Amino acid sequence: MASLTPLLVTSGLKRHFGGVKAVDGVDFTLHEGEIRAIIGPNGAGKTTFVSLLSGRTEASGGTIRFAGEDVTRLPAYKRVQRGIAYTFQITNIYQTKSVADNVRMAVQGRMQRVGMPAFDFEAETAAALAAVGLSDRAETIAGELAYGHQRLLEIAMGLALQPKLLILDEPTQGLSDAEIENFLSLVRTIAKRATVLLIEHNMAVVMALADRISVLTRGQLLAEGTPSEIRDNAAVQEAYLGA
Amino acid sequence: MTKSAYRNNLFLTGVVLVLLFFLQFVLPDYHVLMGTRMMVLAVFALGFNALLGYVGLLSLGHAMFFAAGLYGAGLTVYHFGWSLPAAFGFAVLASALLALVIGAVVLRTIRVSFMIVTLMFAQVAYLMVLYFAEWTNGQEGLSLPLSARAVHLFGATLDLSSAITRYNLAFGLLALCLMLLFAYLASARGRVATAIRDNEGRTEMLGFNVFAGKLEMFVLSGAMSGAAGAAYALLFGYIGSTFASFQYSIEALLFTLLGGAGTLLGPLLGVLLMVAMIDKLSELTSAYLLVIGVVLIVVILWFPKGILGTIRERWAPWLL
Repeated sequence: MASLTPLLVTSGLKRHFGGVKAVDGVDFTLHEGEIRAIIGPNGAGKTTFVSLLSGRTEASGGTIRFAGEDVTRLPAYKRVQRGIAYTFQITNIYQTKSVADNVRMAVQGRMQRVGMPAFDFEAETAAALAAVGLSDRAETIAGELAYGHQRLLEIAMGLALQPKLLILDEPTQGLSDAEIENFLSLVRTIAKRATVLLIEHNMAVVMALADRISVLTRGQLLAEGTPSEIRDNAAVQEAYLGA
Repeated sequence: MTKSAYRNNLFLTGVVLVLLFFLQFVLPDYHVLMGTRMMVLAVFALGFNALLGYVGLLSLGHAMFFAAGLYGAGLTVYHFGWSLPAAFGFAVLASALLALVIGAVVLRTIRVSFMIVTLMFAQVAYLMVLYFAEWTNGQEGLSLPLSARAVHLFGATLDLSSAITRYNLAFGLLALCLMLLFAYLASARGRVATAIRDNEGRTEMLGFNVFAGKLEMFVLSGAMSGAAGAAYALLFGYIGSTFASFQYSIEALLFTLLGGAGTLLGPLLGVLLMVAMIDKLSELTSAYLLVIGVVLIVVILWFPKGILGTIRERWAPWLL
C-alpha cells in the first residue's frame, strides 16, 4: 500500500501559544493509502497538530510538505484545493441549509479545484450522501438532524471534496455503538481512495482501523508503530494508557 | 436554489417591477416624484443589503459609497461639464474602486470592529467633503447647471426636468440592479456568498477563498450604492454633504432591516414604507427622526428578520 514518496512530511513542526508549547518539534511522515491514527492524552496537542496540517493554525516553526510541495505558508483554503480535507471535532455544518445543499457546497469546492466543465453536480452530491447513508434525508434541514447524522453529514462533505488526505478529528465522539460499527466500514471504504488521518479517543476504533499509530504527548511524538507495537510499548503505556 | 424556487423568485420580482412601471400612469405628480426618490434610495438599500443580507457584514459607513457616487457624478458635471452618461459611468467606477481599496482594509476585521472601522472611514469621507468646500461647497452644496438637465444619448434627448423621464430612469436602474443581484445570487458565486454568511470557517475548509468572496460582494455593494448616489445627483440636480453623513448610513440599515435583510425585495419594501411614513410624519411633526429611532428599536426587538424575512420564515421558504 505505502508508496515510496510520502504524501505528507512535517519536520520540526512547532506551534507555541505564548509559553505553551502545544506542538513542539514534530517530525511526522504519512504515506499514501495509509490509515493513521494519532492518539495521546488530553492536551497533548493532537488537534493543534492537525490544525497546523490543514492550515487553520499557523506554524511557529518547521515545515509541512504535502505531495512534494511545501505548504507551510499556504492559507487553509489553498491546502483544501490541493487535497487536504478536514472534518471538525465539533460538528461544523451549515445548520440552516438542507443536507443536500451542505454537500453541494463541498462538491462546488471540489469543482473549483479540478475545474471540470461537465461536472454532474447532482450525481456527485447523491453519491456522497449515499456513501454515508443519508440519501433519504437529503432535503432535511441540517440543523434538525440527530447528532450522529450530523457527524455523518460532516464526513459526507469531506468525501464530496474527494481529498487526497482526509483528516478526521474525533469522528466517533458522541456516536452510539451501532453508529460506530457503521462508521468503521465507512472509513475503510474511504481509505480505498484517500489517505486517512484520524484523531481518536476510542481505543477500540483505533485498534480496528489504523495501519499505524502515532502517539503524541506534550506536543512531542512519543512513539510510532503498528497497533500491536504501540500496545506493547512501555513508554506509551506509562504516558497514556496509564498502566 | 431549486428550480421551482428560482421560478417563484423570478416571477415575484417580475410582478413587482411591472407594478412599479405601471404606477407612473396612475400616480399624481407629487407621488411620481416621491416614487422616483424611493426607487433611487431602494438601489442604495439594495447595495447595502447585498453586504448585510448575503455575506452577513454590517457596515455603518455606506453613506460613503452613496456620496462617492453622488460627488463622482455631480462634481464632474459641475466643474468639468461632463455629459451625464459619462459622469454616471465614472461615478459607478469610482465607487467600485473606492470599495475595493476600503474593502481590502476593513475586511480584515469582523463584527463590531468591522462596524466601527467602516463608520470611521465614512466619517473621514464626510469630513473630506466639508474640507474641500472650495470644490463641494460643503454643507450648502451645489445645484447642477441647467445644461445638465438633459441627456443626449444615441441621438435622442431625454429631458430630466420631466418627472416621468426621471421616474423611468430610476425604474430602469432599480430593475437592472435587482436583476443583477438576482443573477449573482442564483449563481455559484452567490452560493459561496451565503455559505460565508452561514458558516465562514466551514466555507474556508471546503476550499473557498473567504476573503476574496467578501471583497467581491463589498465591491458590488459599494458600486450599487454609488450608482444610487450618482443617480440621485443627476436626477435631482443637487449635491450636498448631508448625503455623506452618518444619518444616510443608518437609513440604509433601517430600510433593510424593516423590509428584511437577506431578502431580494426587502430593501425596496423597507424604503417604500419608511419614506412614505417619514413623508406623512413630517407634515405632522418636525421630530420625525425620533420616529425613525423608535421604528428601528421596534424592528430589532420584535421583528429582527424584517417583514419579508418573517414571511419567508412562516410561509414562503423559497423567498430569495
